[in-house]
Amino acid sequence: MVAASDIVVAQNIGFGLIALVMVVFALGVVSGSNVVHAALSLVMVMAGAAALYVLLAAEFVAVTQVLVYIGAVMVLFLFGVMLTRAKLGRDADLNNRTWYIGIPVAVLLLGVMAYSLIDSFEDTKIAADTAPVNTEDVSDLIFSAYLLPFWGLSFVLLAAVIGAIVLARKD
Amino acid sequence: MLLNQFLLLGAVLFCIGVYGVIARKNAVMVLMSIEVILNSVNINLLAFDRIWMQADPDRLPHGNVFALYIIAVAAAEVGVGLAMVLLIYRNRRSIALDELSEMKG
Repeated sequence: MVAASDIVVAQNIGFGLIALVMVVFALGVVSGSNVVHAALSLVMVMAGAAALYVLLAAEFVAVTQVLVYIGAVMVLFLFGVMLTRAKLGRDADLNNRTWYIGIPVAVLLLGVMAYSLIDSFEDTKIAADTAPVNTEDVSDLIFSAYLLPFWGLSFVLLAAVIGAIVLARKD
Repeated sequence: MLLNQFLLLGAVLFCIGVYGVIARKNAVMVLMSIEVILNSVNINLLAFDRIWMQADPDRLPHGNVFALYIIAVAAAEVGVGLAMVLLIYRNRRSIALDELSEMKG
């Protein structure tokens, strides 16, 4: 049996590695000059997010993340890149003329959010040994308390499918 | 693990995504930045869900349901968004967002 403190150390090391990978590749998504490389960096960000969901004991969401995001959304993005005939090599023309305005906005936003987060959740701890989320509970919630949003979501997806066909079709 | 580790990582990713939305001109790149933002929000939801679950083990995982709904909405959004980008590309041979100024008053 592994001691609880060992689990905490392992979890913290894992979290640090995943967080580093996610931040580095997210910066690659927003600052790289190659569209295909940005799409592939986005795959790493999403995979890191799935790993974090496992760390947070949300296994069903992690699997869904891999299936929907890495499986489906990324293929859509790569199709979008190919069909809009982006340059496959470096493309110097990806940023706005006023791209530098984004830096103070993002830094200011991060400052405000980091201050308020540290101020309000100083050392709330996540216990190392809570049981993983039961998928049965998730489905019970979806089909009881969140049934109406589920219907709405079904209509949103239907409308999105029809809308995408109508928009993208050549007639 | 601290709750703040996850929340601060979510905040950092959110800000990176916001920077991408502001700085990028290519419409596909803007959609990718929005995906980064949505992922950071999901991390927050699941971290808070975990905190509430450990306060009361009998509680149902509401945060997981929210995260699943966000994933579904994001998939729909990417589908419609890329269809619009393709339409714009077909009409104008370019997806540079700063050239789309017809709706300016």
